[in-house]
Amino acid sequence: MSIVIKHGHLIEPTSGVSALLDVLIEGEKVAKIGPGLSGDTVIDATGCIVCPGLVDIHVHFREPGFESKETIASGSKAAAKGGFTSVVTMANTKPTIDDAGMVEFVHRRARETACIKIWPAACATKGMKGEEMTEMAELKAVGAVAVTDDGKDIQSSWVMRRVLEYANMCGLVYLAHCEDHSLMVGGAMNEGYNATRLGIPGLPKAMEEIMIERNGRLAELTGAAIHIQHITTAGGVEILRRAKARGVRITGETAPHYWTFTDDAVLTYDTDAKMNPPLREAVDVEALKRAIAEGVIDCIATDHAPHTPTEKDVEFAAAPFGILGLETSLAATITGLVEPGHISIERAIEMMTSAPARILGLDAGVLREGGPADVCVFDPKKEWTVDPAKFSSRSRNTPFKGMALRGWVTHTVCDGKVVYRG
Amino acid sequence: MNAEHPSIEPVAVAAPKDRAPAEKVRGGWTRRHLVGIEDLSREEIETVLDVAPQFIAVQQRGSGIKKVPLLQGRLVVNLFLEPSTRTRVSFELAAKRLSADTLTVTASASSVVKGESLHDTLANIEAMHSDIVVIRHAYSGSAQILAERHASHIINAGDGSHEHPTQALLDAFTIRQHVRKYREDPNAGLDGLRVAIIGDITHSRVARSNIWCLTKLGAKVVLCGPRTLMPAGIERMGVEVTSSLQEALRGADVVYALRIQVERQASCLLPSIREYIRLYRVDSDSLRNAPEHALIMHPGPINRDIELAADIADGARSVILEQVSNGVAVRMAIMHLLANSPRPAA
Repeated sequence: MSIVIKHGHLIEPTSGVSALLDVLIEGEKVAKIGPGLSGDTVIDATGCIVCPGLVDIHVHFREPGFESKETIASGSKAAAKGGFTSVVTMANTKPTIDDAGMVEFVHRRARETACIKIWPAACATKGMKGEEMTEMAELKAVGAVAVTDDGKDIQSSWVMRRVLEYANMCGLVYLAHCEDHSLMVGGAMNEGYNATRLGIPGLPKAMEEIMIERNGRLAELTGAAIHIQHITTAGGVEILRRAKARGVRITGETAPHYWTFTDDAVLTYDTDAKMNPPLREAVDVEALKRAIAEGVIDCIATDHAPHTPTEKDVEFAAAPFGILGLETSLAATITGLVEPGHISIERAIEMMTSAPARILGLDAGVLREGGPADVCVFDPKKEWTVDPAKFSSRSRNTPFKGMALRGWVTHTVCDGKVVYRG
Repeated sequence: MNAEHPSIEPVAVAAPKDRAPAEKVRGGWTRRHLVGIEDLSREEIETVLDVAPQFIAVQQRGSGIKKVPLLQGRLVVNLFLEPSTRTRVSFELAAKRLSADTLTVTASASSVVKGESLHDTLANIEAMHSDIVVIRHAYSGSAQILAERHASHIINAGDGSHEHPTQALLDAFTIRQHVRKYREDPNAGLDGLRVAIIGDITHSRVARSNIWCLTKLGAKVVLCGPRTLMPAGIERMGVEVTSSLQEALRGADVVYALRIQVERQASCLLPSIREYIRLYRVDSDSLRNAPEHALIMHPGPINRDIELAADIADGARSVILEQVSNGVAVRMAIMHLLANSPRPAA
């Protein structure tokens, strides 16, 4: 039983292919890529782009512990709907993913319930407390693909240094959520005029930049590889640029909401515009777009962070940080970056496939003969209005609600199986 | 208007049985809620200030009956989810003097402590057919999110560090009253006045509402306080900012001292109250920089001899107790205007 994706425009970043080519899938693998192929089942991709299944190296699927927000099953459905076939799940579950048994639990739940590939990240410190290191060699042996204390970040520079040294020895990249917590003090949105008007304590940009700089310096000191999560400020971009110029093994991501919105989105006290780090200002949005265009920012991730409507339907200060991302990421990238000409569609796909996969060494984000048949097919022109009620996620928290975006996923294929049809 | 024989006529114009719009009294007021001053136009602010005097008159009636039946049969709920005495009492009194039924719900007595959401709390109050809900809450934006969703008229009685609109309105009213008296001009406004607001601006909803209100009315506002208590980007609200009290007081027609929280030193925002006093206390020494006619104001409660010297608080320039008296009238005016604002389409 074979599937052929016909008449689509294939974009495959690792080979540089961008042409009208068909993809023939046999079993779980790509059998052939070329013109005029035929197979048992035909997916007509006329007018569509065919690319490797998208890869998001920063998602929260909340299982175990917070299953009313999201589960591995619901999160994977949301991912498939967004065109993703591989995601890296963060470890701030309850309990945290800080030992081999927990990593195995995620793998088991993924096998049992997920329709796409789940690559778990594990904690860098036990219980994400920032004190003692986890058994990273064993975590790696059972399939953790990275270590991270995402959401917490390691405040002690001593601990961070040792974590980087040890992770590097184990061949694991550290995923860094950069935030100097001592500057947080109740902060809930970007510090500045809007926060002052609204009477909401601010999160200064320096809070993020101090930690990007520190983490870059410690990566330099230890020779370890570090990936900076969700960069949001012009200053953060500059720190990343300079660290790269020094030869530090550093990469960086940003997320669609950071180039789509400014902190004006908070002016109605909309808790769907509350995340951490927060939405910044126009000058930062411009800097992010430039950094994306120049390749300083390596990849796009979503920080998909589900919270239930009940949790979010409260006073701004009382609401949890975080928003959804998987079901809007591709369209927000096309609408916000490709259509205005900041990057080509080829580069956009690279930033959502091979680039993030390469950062963590995942066997994903590539379409090659003999490789896994993970494919995303989308209509780049089709406009749709974001309606959170139609999301596959268990949660609804998105500032993209009601927005018209272009770029609609028609098929997601994972290991040769059609896991989503739009 | 003679205080001994106040006219009740303007009040009678909009008595409950006659719900036809009383344009003369209501001016351009069409809002259903009072969430903040930032959204109000100058005209709307002036409407409130123009409506308030008739309620001053009600309270000064020679008959001793300090009450009008404007809100008879209506239910005013004071939902005070943060400790407050004077604002709560002022709203309660305002509602009672308008003959409304009043109910006060405080945090300790409510189910908020049991984890009920704010929307649920209000929905339960509304199920008992409230007409006006006055909300005081520790979180910024709480009045706004309620106003967006619920049918009652919402009055913000202070939300976090965001706004305290009735305080600003009563302050503007008090200032205007004195300007009119001082200039012997019954139509004088606040245009060109210099108002110095001194203290912890970062945590002050009073400061924010006053900045919007005073600047919309044409006054110049200068903010003064330690840099650690001055929020980012505040200049963009159209104010002057200084950390020198001397500079702030120079030419000030109004000196508005804010209450300083003595706990601020614990979070490293102040070295000590002693040093705050040294730099920012409004007292006879520092007031040498201000003109003789400068009014002294404070939103209360005062920390005597900390932000404001006792003799100044009690002195001839102080209008602090007038602020309190005017507060009831201004809140009556707000409730009256809101209760008569157009209902949303069913």
